[in-house]
Amino acid sequence: MAKKLESTLKNMILSLVFISMGMSAALAFVYMKTKGPIEAAARQKETNAVEQVMPEFDNDPASSKNEKDGIVIYRLSKENVPVGYAVKSYTDKGFGGHVEIMAGFLPDGSIYKVTVLDHKETPGLGTKMTDLKFSRQFLGKNPDSFKLLVKKDGGQVDAITAATISSRAYCDALQRASDQLKTIRDTISIK
Amino acid sequence: MGNLRFFTNGLLKENPTFVMVLGTCPTLAITTAAANGLGMGTATTFVLVFSNLFIALLKNYIPDKVRIAAFIVVIATFVTIVDLVMKAYTPDLYKALGIFIPLIVVNCIILGRAEAFAQKNEVLPSVLDGLGMGLGFTLAITLIGSIRELLGNGSIFNIRLMNENASNILIFVLPPGAFVTYGFLIAIMNRIKLKFNI
Repeated sequence: MAKKLESTLKNMILSLVFISMGMSAALAFVYMKTKGPIEAAARQKETNAVEQVMPEFDNDPASSKNEKDGIVIYRLSKENVPVGYAVKSYTDKGFGGHVEIMAGFLPDGSIYKVTVLDHKETPGLGTKMTDLKFSRQFLGKNPDSFKLLVKKDGGQVDAITAATISSRAYCDALQRASDQLKTIRDTISIK
Repeated sequence: MGNLRFFTNGLLKENPTFVMVLGTCPTLAITTAAANGLGMGTATTFVLVFSNLFIALLKNYIPDKVRIAAFIVVIATFVTIVDLVMKAYTPDLYKALGIFIPLIVVNCIILGRAEAFAQKNEVLPSVLDGLGMGLGFTLAITLIGSIRELLGNGSIFNIRLMNENASNILIFVLPPGAFVTYGFLIAIMNRIKLKFNI
């Protein structure tokens, strides 16, 4: 066995410098290799989320989006006929804080489908808001006539048992999506 | 050969999770589902094998007084590589494991093996040791994840095994369930070890 380097100042500095340089080089290489796929994965995720809440469309969601106050609105069309809007909305009123949803609206403003993108709700209670059992009640409803509040607050939404706060958060995010869409719908049109 | 024992050591006799009780932070935090346990275990195994390999290779060039700093640089490099690769190719798993991927850097199994094994041994035993410890860790947390997912959510690896309407024991996917499961498994492991005199 070769003799171990002694702990002199020169040896310590040299050793650390060379190890750090070697490792940085390895990292730089991996970073360059993965940069493309990471961006592609993020783009794919965006498209997937939009696809989940929309009928079929054929334009590129990433190239037809508006963003305002953290809410992203994608305009979608098929063969240049508008199919609707996908709205990425959020609320900070969840039981675990931030909740992010993607809601699909048809051109007349009614809800087509809603999906939860990100949340930190209690497993088994608040997480039920991702289930179809809860989200089904919103399908086809128009926020103009369907009051997006849980029944306890005087609205029309059946809250999840033992997860009223999560249900409220869900409604809040959805309401925000609908409001934002309304303000923006008058100023833009689907191409 | 005799090298094989370095590999099997980590699986049972010195299992990092059940016997040495190292790396309990990810063990308790991410095992809400079997798939998370498997993903975390695989990531940790990768880091463990490569950090052991490099530390065994470089051990004569690392002066004693700065060895911890040097080990951490090596470990952090491989953790960042895992982080980038998972972000690129398994975005869903990356999201589920969240902050615990970068935190592999401070997982004491890895620094523990570098300090206690790789810096005193040759390359091949070190790699085998890393592989054994990593697999031992993976098996352990996948087992904990499976039990918690089954009891708390009625499924394993997202495959539903219980009736949709069966009431789940919710506490098992919550943090206390991790402690309960972990405690019972350590007790069972100790019993097995006593019985077979391992």
